[in-house]
Amino acid sequence: MSEIIIEPRKRVRHIWRELWLYRELLFFITWRDLIVRYKQTVIGIAWSIVRPVITMVILTLVFGKLAKLPSGDVPYPLLVYAAMLPWQFFSGTFSVSANSLTSNANMISKTYFPRIILPATAMLTSLVDFLIAFSIYFLMMAWYGMWPDWRIAVLPLLMILAAMASLGAGLWVAALNVTYRDFAIVVPFIMQFGLYISPVGFSSSLVPEQWRLLYSLNPMVGVIDGFRWALLGGETRIFMPGFVLSTCLTILIFFLGIRFFYKFERTFADII
Amino acid sequence: MTCALKTENIGKIYTIGHMQRRRGRNLRETLVAQGTSLLQGLRHPFAQRRSSSATEEFWALRDICLTVEPGERVGLIGRNGAGKSTLLKILSRITEPTAGRAFLYGRVSALLQVGTGFHPELTGRENIFLNGAVLGMTRREILRKFDEIVAFSEIEQFLDTPVKRYSSGMYVRLAFAVAAHLDPEILLVDEVLAVGDLAFQTKCLGRMNKVAEEGRTIIFVSHNMAAISRLCNRVVLFEKGRIVRQGDPETVIQAYYAQAEQTSGRLVLPADFKAGAQIEEIGVTDENGLFSSIVKVHRDFFLYMRCRVHEKINRATISMTVLTLDGTTIFVSRHTDALHTETSELPAGDLCARVRIPAHFLNTGSYSLNLQIIGQSAGKDRAVLDSVQQALNFRVEETGSLSPQLNAGRAGVVTPILPWSFE
Repeated sequence: MSEIIIEPRKRVRHIWRELWLYRELLFFITWRDLIVRYKQTVIGIAWSIVRPVITMVILTLVFGKLAKLPSGDVPYPLLVYAAMLPWQFFSGTFSVSANSLTSNANMISKTYFPRIILPATAMLTSLVDFLIAFSIYFLMMAWYGMWPDWRIAVLPLLMILAAMASLGAGLWVAALNVTYRDFAIVVPFIMQFGLYISPVGFSSSLVPEQWRLLYSLNPMVGVIDGFRWALLGGETRIFMPGFVLSTCLTILIFFLGIRFFYKFERTFADII
Repeated sequence: MTCALKTENIGKIYTIGHMQRRRGRNLRETLVAQGTSLLQGLRHPFAQRRSSSATEEFWALRDICLTVEPGERVGLIGRNGAGKSTLLKILSRITEPTAGRAFLYGRVSALLQVGTGFHPELTGRENIFLNGAVLGMTRREILRKFDEIVAFSEIEQFLDTPVKRYSSGMYVRLAFAVAAHLDPEILLVDEVLAVGDLAFQTKCLGRMNKVAEEGRTIIFVSHNMAAISRLCNRVVLFEKGRIVRQGDPETVIQAYYAQAEQTSGRLVLPADFKAGAQIEEIGVTDENGLFSSIVKVHRDFFLYMRCRVHEKINRATISMTVLTLDGTTIFVSRHTDALHTETSELPAGDLCARVRIPAHFLNTGSYSLNLQIIGQSAGKDRAVLDSVQQALNFRVEETGSLSPQLNAGRAGVVTPILPWSFE
């Protein structure tokens, strides 16, 4: 027989076990968000392809054709698209999880479940988008007559890194947005300039050597560099000190994000 | 361990008023407030912190000790704000207690609202799965009960229609059907039977009875005394966050009725972050300004209200409405009625108003009071800023007339003394 003890300031000890118990709810909410997003749209799930492809075309035109930035030995569209994939995953997760608690306020004030499910759902829906967009990448590679090398095997690990960066950041804004709705306004703004301060439209090797470590303080720099390294193959190099710094920072953001989220989780129902 | 549920001195504090406003919902306000208090701390390092005095704490629930045996069906009753729903929220782990502990032994389901998690864009079928998952059912469990749920809801033919096209009755039926097929050992229910039409309510109550007969433990919050007495074998009466009485349904419900009779004629409303203005207190006072829920037909009395205006309100109207208990409006009085200006504005700050109701106007009987503040605040459109609906009842009584000719028992809602002239 299960026993529940309720007491003030109870520490949640079994975060992962509880999440496992509620895995079906996680699945159902993800499924709901996916269905609802494309209800009454004409092209439906194709939007998951159209958005990154159009962004890729525009960034290629602006950075590759107009600004004539170098892309090494890879075609510019591939350079951009390999970065577009993790970037869209990050921005999708981050911006949806910012509102994930407030837009489900009714569920939070009327039922119990681990609240982390809501930002996690935001990540899972973005993951679905990511996988669909990823299939296009292979078509593009075939078009350019390229073939991925062994490095693609590292991609799942990089995906975990991307998930930690986006969910970690998402947990912070989700929890803060419960009390301070300012964050709902700030997030789209961050996403707007984030696209330009992260090396999405250009290669991070363009950043002068002495600034690269500083540049790597942006966790997405590590993730994007890693993706390019794994996907583009050939001559692509990775700036190791920067990658290590970005990775450490991502891990820090993720675990502090979880701690922060669980610390304030108890008060969500009262404040929201 | 023989009990199903046990609470030890459960208490819950809500922080209201100034504290919440100081923290704000807006980052700028918080930063400014933190900044100024930091500056003050630097300037007067030994001065007492103001923040503690600005904090107003309010025990929504205090020292609740309750033991429920397996199979017991306990009804929680009490007036609005007495704490019964707060207790249910704590037991269902939605909110955290400030003090005390509670133990629950068994699978718990909380039903605080029907249709939580329903999404208007999804079809009835999809919502059954979603809502079931929200209520804690597994996918297999939902699949197994799916046909039963559909049959109970009586909406078979609309199963694949988005629920946004449902009538409100269909929506409620579907939502309750899912909830009714929960299979917990302890069921926490908050006032969910007050929805749907009468036939469906009866059906729901029947279902609850069936669940109860199966030996489940039920904690049931309701204002519907008929449902409480039918369903529960023990009733607990709450008042101002404490348990004041418990025992068999008949006697405790009597005690509740008695409690409802002797209200003080005054109601202090909880802080609730209304934009622009907030009604903080309403009341009825006799001619000497003393709060009383019973006034005399032959004496003047006053309707009283106190509100806080957060920001200056333009084109403001404060209106008081007196209604009979069945909801018929007797009159509406506005603070602008006697003003002869084009515009009316309310400055920021606290505001008290009294409306004199002359003697020999309302006839003997029971009435209730509505209050509303309308206006333009912070550049927004003119809208209702705060309102209170029938939260306060009062009674007008006959207590010895001034004139021997005026006697009791006259029909009518009003009883004016009108001048007669004879030609």
